[in-house]
Amino acid sequence: MTMPQLSGDARPGLAPGVRLTFDKARDQWVVLAPERVLVPDETALEILQRCNGTRQLTDIIDELASAYSADRSEIEQDVRDLLASLIEKRILTA
Amino acid sequence: MSAPGIPAPPLAALLELTHRCPLQCPYCSNPLELERAKNELSAAEWTRVLDEAAELGILQVHFSGGEPAVRRDLPDLVAHAREIGLYSNLITSGVTLDQARIAKLADAGLDHVQLSIQDVDHQTAAFIANYPGVQGKKLAFARMVREAGLPLTINAVINRHNITRVERMIDLAVSLGASRVEVAHAQYYGWAIRNRAALMPTLAQVREATERVEAARGRLRGQIVIDHVVPDYYARQPKACMGGWGRQFLNITPSGEVLPCHAAQTIPGLTFESVRHKPLAEIWASSKAFERFRGTDWMPEPCRSCDQREVDWGGCRCQALAITGNAAATDPACALSSAHDSLRALADTASSEPPPDFVYRRMTPHDDKTALAAATS
Ligand code: SF4
Ligand code: SF4
Repeated sequence: MTMPQLSGDARPGLAPGVRLTFDKARDQWVVLAPERVLVPDETALEILQRCNGTRQLTDIIDELASAYSADRSEIEQDVRDLLASLIEKRILTA
Repeated sequence: MSAPGIPAPPLAALLELTHRCPLQCPYCSNPLELERAKNELSAAEWTRVLDEAAELGILQVHFSGGEPAVRRDLPDLVAHAREIGLYSNLITSGVTLDQARIAKLADAGLDHVQLSIQDVDHQTAAFIANYPGVQGKKLAFARMVREAGLPLTINAVINRHNITRVERMIDLAVSLGASRVEVAHAQYYGWAIRNRAALMPTLAQVREATERVEAARGRLRGQIVIDHVVPDYYARQPKACMGGWGRQFLNITPSGEVLPCHAAQTIPGLTFESVRHKPLAEIWASSKAFERFRGTDWMPEPCRSCDQREVDWGGCRCQALAITGNAAATDPACALSSAHDSLRALADTASSEPPPDFVYRRMTPHDDKTALAAATS
């Protein structure tokens, strides 16, 4: 089964039981989930920090495209890929 | 990497608040000699331990036991963990908490609940836990957890009495609104090793179960996360026990002893230090028990020159001890271990004979009275 495409007005957010926090001991951002600690890379962190359950997917993509002055469709693909995999892992919900 | 001599801090701690538990699971990971209630750390001591844990760099704490909810101070400890930024998970049997106490835990900032189940079949569940009506209580508990808005993992402990129903246990987890299910084959430490023959499934059953889990994974993709590990006795490579000895994880017993893994007390010659006498950071960094098997220097062949040595860290020390008599041997779950064939033979023999009666987990009669007196005082 493949995941259905997220619509542009979806509002992705951290799933229940998941926290994004700064880990002072290791000087890095971490995602705390049941039985898991993930260390997002720079791109993933930029995306995760915008997934607060209120921002729409299209806005998140717009923001990142302008922040990185990058091609919007490329950013869109990156964001969608990451979201799909994190939703499947129950790190995010939409 | 951290500076030489100073180990990187642990990520998680399992806090055994108590060994008291109303259930008597024959696969319980607690030691055969259960800690008495009167020796348990006080709420003030646990609070200090939480502070020391956060300070050390621990990110997640698992409140466990025994049954952690028999401690009335559990919500206070959860609240304190939250206050200092620790992620808290409650590992529970689910039979002692009512709606009001669950709400209290949710308000205190509990992040996640992990509920163990014995089966989908009510009768077998009661037989395994030696607790009549256990399943009904657990189902009600799971619903209350979800109603309180708390995320839920179901931990299904697999053994020869329930293995044919593995797929139904996964479906039950979905219907209870769990976001995750652990298909956890009984691990042979603590009480489980006493009950090995009564618990061990056959290789054919394990293969069949694995296929069913894979089928469920395909069918339920996006609905639930399924964690499943091949059980050691039928594996070819060991699991990275605790993510490597003294690398990511520590365990604190009810009386405050700090262990590299919950079964470490079975290893002769190791001495453990207590949070009652030393700061946690000092124990983590320099306790002899942690240093004994940390890293790769202690390893014998074939681990020493194996390219997997920093993947599985040579597997489990307690299993090496239980099977070979030597805690510093390669885990016999590894196909390269000279004891691998005898491990498999043990499993084949045990599982091919009719299951003996369970030796249920309980305090010795003398301890029982003490524990009950303390529990009701
Ligand atoms: S495994 Fe069973 S007996 Fe042991 S602590 Fe958990 S619920 Fe209690
Ligand atoms: S030989 Fe040792 S390091 Fe290599 S796979 Fe086996 S247990 Fe792991």
